[in-house]
Amino acid sequence: MVVEKIAVIALYTTIAMFVGILFMGVGRKIVARVHNRVGPPVYQGFIDIAKLLTKKTNISHGWIYDLALLFSMTGIMLTILFLPIGGVKLLSMEGDAFLVLYLLAIPALGFALGAGASGNPNAAIGVMRALVMMLSYELPFVITLIALMIYYDTSSIAQIVEMQHAKWAIMIPPFVLAAAVADMALQGMLMEAPFDIPTAPHEIASGPMAEFGGKHLGALMIYKAGTIVAYTTLFVDLFLGGGVVMHDGSVLAYLANFAVWFILIFLVFTLSLLINTSFPRFRIEQAFKFYWKYEALLAFISLIWVYLMVIS
Amino acid sequence: MGLFDGDIMKYEDWNKISRIASRKSLWMVHFCTGCGAIELPPVMTSRYDMERFGMGPMATPRQADVLLITGYLTVKTLKRVVNVYEQMQSPKYVISFGSCPINGGMYWDSYNTVKRLDRYLPVDVYVGGCMPRPEGVMNAFLELMKLIDEGKARGWEKYQKYYEQYKRNQKMAFNFEREKDEGA
Ligand code: SF4
Repeated sequence: MVVEKIAVIALYTTIAMFVGILFMGVGRKIVARVHNRVGPPVYQGFIDIAKLLTKKTNISHGWIYDLALLFSMTGIMLTILFLPIGGVKLLSMEGDAFLVLYLLAIPALGFALGAGASGNPNAAIGVMRALVMMLSYELPFVITLIALMIYYDTSSIAQIVEMQHAKWAIMIPPFVLAAAVADMALQGMLMEAPFDIPTAPHEIASGPMAEFGGKHLGALMIYKAGTIVAYTTLFVDLFLGGGVVMHDGSVLAYLANFAVWFILIFLVFTLSLLINTSFPRFRIEQAFKFYWKYEALLAFISLIWVYLMVIS
Repeated sequence: MGLFDGDIMKYEDWNKISRIASRKSLWMVHFCTGCGAIELPPVMTSRYDMERFGMGPMATPRQADVLLITGYLTVKTLKRVVNVYEQMQSPKYVISFGSCPINGGMYWDSYNTVKRLDRYLPVDVYVGGCMPRPEGVMNAFLELMKLIDEGKARGWEKYQKYYEQYKRNQKMAFNFEREKDEGA
């Protein structure tokens, strides 16, 4: 049993990473088409990672720098395991919505640790900005999460997904507002413009990644691929019913749910890319103001709306 | 390299995979030295679009594979270029633009530019012209990919092998500048 469970977990995380790497290539293609360019092939992400992992030389900045990557990678894998993919829950328990919130901070902290160990001043600025960004987008995001938890009366993501079988959350009026807020928070989590402040290549030489090269950068790209899948899956699980369309437990249902999950996270990712290509970058204090003033206000409105719906 | 010393995969096969991957994903450093930098925006944007071949600008030397020397090099810039080159992770390649790095070009009797770049850094591909047009630049990129595929772009190995000589040449150039400064 245990061996089977471990095998399934390994399979799922590997698939998630593959999907993420594929998405990086597809994303570059979409951005290129928006710019009226041809763009790289969709499998470019795999080529890039293969190149980085086969580099002949490699520089390490001490053991913290090496281990921090593993730390982030573990954090993102754990997050993926706690999120139902296509309705299949690998790990779940009561209250795992809070756990996921904590787990989402681990990869960012690991990343910060590695960047700090590299000793580059640009990396230090980037880490500072990344932490401020985290502080800003988490407030509106947590408020929307609380709204969901009040409405469905549970704090487990798997149960939130199950209760959306009849009707996706986004079809209920207050959650349209909440989904819009969460989508902008997602933009910040994925570090896409207008919130690509921590890794701005032209301002601070790609920030935390400034000193990463060779195999370390390859590992970092795999981690990035994992974050794309984790964050988009989180959004799909919370608002789009986790992509579950059939629930009779057959093999066909399993495959169909998986396919719908794939399409939905792709759509969410495409939306975030389209926002990314059409906006310039905020300054860090503007981003902070945007999240804590407007987004948080909208999130509060949806929270109160949900509360009134529940008690009436 | 123990894993690939013939136990699982032959070292040559491993090298071949590495070459195929690095040919299709050349990242270049954003470091522009002379007039040639102005020819790069058309190459990057929708007209010539070098991202078709997986090429793209990278922010720091650690992440990059290709160093572009876009035109004349003053001795002061050479110091920085050598720093940048040594920070890059091998396999790494150098492309030089225009006639200035080949033989001095129109700065051949200038007091503070280096005349032959390959005395100081190993160059893999030269693009002629003053300035090369974007077509020429594209052609150079394709040429570099061909050389990598055939395993002939070995500038970085040359730099490791003849490190002393390269260092001596670089030092001569730097010393020359210092003496000039002190004399003035
Ligand atoms: S070759 Fe011509 S265009 Fe190029 S750097 Fe020299 S003078 Fe400028």
